[in-house]
Amino acid sequence: MARSDVQLMLDVKSGDEQSFELLLHRYRSPLVNFLYRMVRNREQAEDLAQEVFLRVYRAREDYVPSAKFTTWLFRIATNLALNNVRDTRHQRMEVSLDAPLTADSEDGDERPIDVADQHPDIEQHLVEQARSKMIRHAIEKLPEKQRAAVLLHKYQELDYNEIAKILECSESALKSLLFRAYEALRVELAPLVAQHAKP
Amino acid sequence: MSCGRMENKILSYVDGRLKESERLEMDKHLATCAACELRVNEFRAVSSLLDELPVIAPSPAFDVRVRARVAAEPVKQSWWAWFAPSPRVAMAGALLALLIVWVGVRPSGLNPATEAEINQNMPVLENYDVLSNFEPLTDLPAPVADEPQDDASQSNQQM
Repeated sequence: MARSDVQLMLDVKSGDEQSFELLLHRYRSPLVNFLYRMVRNREQAEDLAQEVFLRVYRAREDYVPSAKFTTWLFRIATNLALNNVRDTRHQRMEVSLDAPLTADSEDGDERPIDVADQHPDIEQHLVEQARSKMIRHAIEKLPEKQRAAVLLHKYQELDYNEIAKILECSESALKSLLFRAYEALRVELAPLVAQHAKP
Repeated sequence: MSCGRMENKILSYVDGRLKESERLEMDKHLATCAACELRVNEFRAVSSLLDELPVIAPSPAFDVRVRARVAAEPVKQSWWAWFAPSPRVAMAGALLALLIVWVGVRPSGLNPATEAEINQNMPVLENYDVLSNFEPLTDLPAPVADEPQDDASQSNQQM
């Protein structure tokens, strides 16, 4: 039977390095994806995710399982991401103004289209790519805290209670935050939402 | 339920995280409110669109970098570690104790009789040391030899 996160962390605390490896294996992908969607830069996201694991390791001796492990883990990640977004805001604005409209070098998930490869579904691929880009940009346009709330709610599937602790707000304030975020996304993605929401 | 109260529950409803009683209440409201029903459908659409975002995989070097950073962390020694038995410290302590014992019990090299004689002669030795180094005495003329003088006076008397 798989050991719980808390048990693994307690084992790390008592000197079991292998348990840290298991935590790394369990959470590297969720963390990198969360941070990538927060900071929009793969390299920075990986650096921040490494920093999260390092902080977890450093804190092993003082670890007390007072909350869920994921709450603690994503609290560290969210704080690092919010700091990074604030610190690099000016830099990102410059990059975004200078960036060519047709290329998005930051998007590791976006493969450049080779027109010469005569892809039979190239039109379909272009449509999907434009759609994906629109969704990403809609998320990117959200204020940082709303973005973090949406990402934690949608992709990490954390409880409202957990997300509220991570973002240091009340559960009621979190629900209001999420409602505003979904409202903004609904407006921003109106053409796509209209297609989906047809009765 | 009023439309205003929907705000805090609409997402929970879309996620299926509402309690059964609350869900039934929402269903009842949605059946009579087209605006709220539309909003629910739109939020479901947004949620579904968010599912379309691709998931990225961490780079192959990610784990290696984490391990390297963890390995570079300085080893933290707790305060209690001072009390933990250490072979080096134990060895050093034992050697020190042996040295103290050996210095305490070793013979001094002089027998008691010789030591008592030295102690008895110590004032004489000290006086000798003072007088032999007493500077004004070095300015005095050398003492005249007694015996040749005596011989001369005796010869004068015989004459």
